[in-house]
Amino acid sequence: MRPSTIGNTGTAQRVEDEIFRQGRDLRGSGFRLLIFSALALSILILVVLIGQVLTDGWPVLSERFGDFWTGTLRSRSSDDSLGISQGLVGSFWIAVFVAVLAFPIGIAAAIYLEEYAPQNWVTKSLDIAIRNLAGVPSVVYGLLGLFLFVKLANDGQSALFAGGITLAILVLPIVVITSAEAIRAVPSSLREGAYGVGATKWDVIRSQVLPFAAPGILTGTLLSLSRAVGEAAPLILVGAITGRLAPRDGSFWGLEQFGDRFTAMPIIIVGWVQESGRDEGFGSAAGAAIVVLLGLVIAMNSVAVLLRNYFEKKRG
Amino acid sequence: MVNLTPSEQTRVNEAMLKGMRVSADEEAAELKNDGAAITASEPVDAEFDPEDLVFDASDLSVFYGDFRAVRDVNMLIKRNEITALIGPSGCGKSTVLRSFNRMNDLIPTARVQGNLLYRGVDLYDPRVDPVEVRRRIGMVFQKPNPFPKSIYDNVAYGPRVAGRKKGLDDVVESSLKKAALWDEVKDRLQESAIGLSGGQQQRLSIARAIAVDPEVLLMDEPCSALDPIATARIEELMAEIKDEYTILIVTHNMQQAARVSDRTAFFSVEVDETSDRRTGLLVEYTTTEKLFSNPDDDRTENYITGRFG
Repeated sequence: MRPSTIGNTGTAQRVEDEIFRQGRDLRGSGFRLLIFSALALSILILVVLIGQVLTDGWPVLSERFGDFWTGTLRSRSSDDSLGISQGLVGSFWIAVFVAVLAFPIGIAAAIYLEEYAPQNWVTKSLDIAIRNLAGVPSVVYGLLGLFLFVKLANDGQSALFAGGITLAILVLPIVVITSAEAIRAVPSSLREGAYGVGATKWDVIRSQVLPFAAPGILTGTLLSLSRAVGEAAPLILVGAITGRLAPRDGSFWGLEQFGDRFTAMPIIIVGWVQESGRDEGFGSAAGAAIVVLLGLVIAMNSVAVLLRNYFEKKRG
Repeated sequence: MVNLTPSEQTRVNEAMLKGMRVSADEEAAELKNDGAAITASEPVDAEFDPEDLVFDASDLSVFYGDFRAVRDVNMLIKRNEITALIGPSGCGKSTVLRSFNRMNDLIPTARVQGNLLYRGVDLYDPRVDPVEVRRRIGMVFQKPNPFPKSIYDNVAYGPRVAGRKKGLDDVVESSLKKAALWDEVKDRLQESAIGLSGGQQQRLSIARAIAVDPEVLLMDEPCSALDPIATARIEELMAEIKDEYTILIVTHNMQQAARVSDRTAFFSVEVDETSDRRTGLLVEYTTTEKLFSNPDDDRTENYITGRFG
């Protein structure tokens, strides 16, 4: 017989009493319940929100979805050619402005801050200033855009380029912060390994730091793009059109429209919600427009996630 | 007889005190620009040919800001030898090692005082390009740090940043063979280096370091993250490549130092009573055989016999 079974069942009983689960971790269970409720609440709010806009927009989405994409801003909701095409064009070009201006400038600034700037109080103050800029209300950027790009640069005329540049400036601090954080997360062992075989600073940044930080930088920049595409307040200030906007003759891609008056998806939504008091049909149209904008933003964020996964896999 | 500056005179005196024979008459290792020459040899060793002198550190201190982290480093390092740096934690042996290929430059506040000559040239002369220094004086780190790239690209990295484009296949193959890794990876050179085991990763780091054909290899506790079998392989490898490289190794493992090295430097720590700051210093530097059998300094004796307090 093995010693453990020789006549000491009493001991086994005692040990059993001690080590068996006794459900005493009440605080732990309570905490778990609390954080689960927080998650459930967030999801519930989101579901209600989506359900609400889907219901509101259903008449438009189900009956004339195709025309809705190609239609334009109209004064009556019953107009068959009411639609969001102008908003899609505006939002698309605003996204292009952000991608072309904010991404390269923001990433470059982040590389400088993390890799080249001397560690002194100037750099630290810059860092804090950029963080504060990211928290400045978007209306303030709208005021800046109104003054710089509408009043000074364009004789008081609202124009697509003014909205695009304003939103690029709005997300610039976010791009800098997220990129800088991604660069900071590059393990020092990688840098040392590269320096140790005679790499120059430029070699290290190009071949080690940027590839490793790429997923983080990409995620941050694409999320900032979603933010820009969803912003309404600064665009209202720089004079995006909420009421009627005559259809343009030029093509979707035409660069000449940068100097034209413009609108964007969030602006259309704001305008139609305001109109819905006098003309109920606009409520439906607004709901449908929200669904489209949500879909676009979700699509962009999914691309961000896919790209991040791809690059993370690639970096091993 | 050439004129020696006071600091050089001191150094010569110290060298004599340590039992080295110093003669300024013999044409030998050149010191600085004034033509002063020293021939040093140890009583237990053969003639220390100046051609074989790779590093000459004299009164070297390393500072972090105002804080002196290590002082009193006086070492002559000989070609094709393995020199071990041992001592308790915080004694600055890694700091000293990193000053030998200007790796400390990466720490903004770090600076050195005193002289560190590499083949007669002051490594900290403002005209020296640290990138070129690190190509000649390679480094292997404590934790294996493969790049998140393929095995091939890891080894080819150094030659590539040095501008080499042709013949990379041969460099990769010969470096991996020297690092005793070729047979294990030759069929999967394009796979990620992250998938290798810890011991393989460290041999890859060595292959990567020798791919740029350096003269010196600095190894900062290269086996501390490895199991005994992987450690034994690295030690074998060091013995094999010793004919081609000069190796400096920092190790916590005294048996390792005793097994692999020709000379050993023992570092210790002094704690400042008022500031509680710990400064490392070189206590004794001699042949490994002598240091472990008959050290001159009591502190060395206490450390190697495990009575370190």
